[in-house]
Amino acid sequence: MSISHAPPGPREPDISEISKQGTQHGSQQGPRQGADLDLTPIAPASSRRTRVPRSLRRTTGPLLLLALWQLLSTTGVLTPDVLASPGRIAQVGWDLIADGSLPGAIGTSLRRVAGGLLLGTVIGVGLALASGLFRVGEDLVDAPVQMLRTVPFVGLIPLFIIWFGIGEAPKIAIITLGVTFPLYLNVYAGIRGVDAQLIEAGESLGLSRWGLVRHVVLPGALPGALTGLRYSLGIAWLALVFAEQVNADSGIGFLMVQARDFLRTDVIVVCLIVYAFLGLLADFVVRTLERLLLQWRPTFTGR
Amino acid sequence: MATDVHRPVIPSPEATGAVGSAQAVHVEGLTRSFDGRAVIDDLRLDVRPGEFVALLGRSGCGKSTLLRILAGLDRDIRGTVLVPRRKAVAFQAPRLMPWKKVWRNVLLGLPGKPQRAVADQALEEVGLSHRSDAWPKTLSGGEAQRASLARALVREPDLLLLDEPFGALDALTRIKAQRLVGELWQRRGCAVLLVTHDVEEAVLLADRVLVMDDGVIAHEQTVDLDRPRDITDPRFAELRAGLLERLGVDTAAEAA
Repeated sequence: MSISHAPPGPREPDISEISKQGTQHGSQQGPRQGADLDLTPIAPASSRRTRVPRSLRRTTGPLLLLALWQLLSTTGVLTPDVLASPGRIAQVGWDLIADGSLPGAIGTSLRRVAGGLLLGTVIGVGLALASGLFRVGEDLVDAPVQMLRTVPFVGLIPLFIIWFGIGEAPKIAIITLGVTFPLYLNVYAGIRGVDAQLIEAGESLGLSRWGLVRHVVLPGALPGALTGLRYSLGIAWLALVFAEQVNADSGIGFLMVQARDFLRTDVIVVCLIVYAFLGLLADFVVRTLERLLLQWRPTFTGR
Repeated sequence: MATDVHRPVIPSPEATGAVGSAQAVHVEGLTRSFDGRAVIDDLRLDVRPGEFVALLGRSGCGKSTLLRILAGLDRDIRGTVLVPRRKAVAFQAPRLMPWKKVWRNVLLGLPGKPQRAVADQALEEVGLSHRSDAWPKTLSGGEAQRASLARALVREPDLLLLDEPFGALDALTRIKAQRLVGELWQRRGCAVLLVTHDVEEAVLLADRVLVMDDGVIAHEQTVDLDRPRDITDPRFAELRAGLLERLGVDTAAEAA
């Protein structure tokens, strides 16, 4: 359906009608009120395209890719020792879940990430508070942290193995190290970025130093802290992959290393998918946190 | 309980702290310098309890600095400054904490554990009780300014410091807000120091209008018109014209 505001009836389109001289054509058609404009309907956006919902269209791409992959596998173009077929991967994934080896590995890996994340958060946020809130803290803490930050933490794995042996400790330590710095940087920047006008307002309301920290500085630093947490989670998974592929006897990384030795590309892909899902899950957790904690933000549009 | 000490006023600049009880603000020999340049230079100011004083001046004349000093936010000063313990400030920007709902903003910094009813009562007084549960981001400019006013009033101040509180409001909202401040002042009876650059606003609200220039109070004008005041009153216009001239003359002298 379309509603045209153009006058009905036969009418010769004539550009010159737009101009003031429209009267000389009057003898042919009879002039309508004022200049006779050629009107075109503006169709409402909703009527233009309907058919396929957007979410469905968006899933088509990945599904096509998956179908192509399956096709290449079944025709033998893609051999199993290069990349297993999607069907095979689903089957192996199910088997690994059924015999309990995958849930066990995920549990072990999650424990490591949780431990590293907890330690890293405590250290990173603690240091950021010390240097963000106090001049003395800044002078003592910031320079060393900025120096250590430039050391690629993965490079410390050999040192950590010498220090902590080959048990859980070096793995958790490497995750801790990876998590600490992004949190430190973002919390510190968040604290220092709190609007000075609000601090002054808090002062004028008679807030004590601790009251200012609690009611003004920390809530103001929260958006930065959550950004830091997001980075940290990403790095935590990365650190986990590194830590588990060096000298592990359990966990997802260990499963992958084992699969590599037996050329089991199907198991490797299953593990990669698990990593991806865990990453998505972590992101979902942080986004939920942001939605709950940052409702007050003027820029917040996530509802 | 405007000021603490009651002693005869000794006419000596050394006698710091000697103030008669009939003053809500006593400032003497106040100097504030920024990088060696004195923005406030040996300033003297007295405000009686319950008095509404407006402070006019060109921008950069030090009127906001004076207000910040009285609020206790700027302490790099020399001289005597006596203010009541209970004082409150409303700034040009409402400066509400965006992460606290309106009523929590109102209660922020109050001693003890105040009940929400305390905040709601103050919000009621400024006509904002229906927005008590809102986030500051959802308030309009006028509403936010009223919330800021409620936050100042809930402290039951003996001295209310207003730093161009209507500056950022649109003309209609400003008229309403001015009226509201006038009513609140009459009801509360606290001393008010209003910093503004709007001469009409000053004459409309204040008992006394001060013009600040060169770091001192350069001119003082008592406004003894009956309230509520009428802008169309010829005496109003006369006062307004006089003050404008005063400000204008000053700028001309500066330029010469």
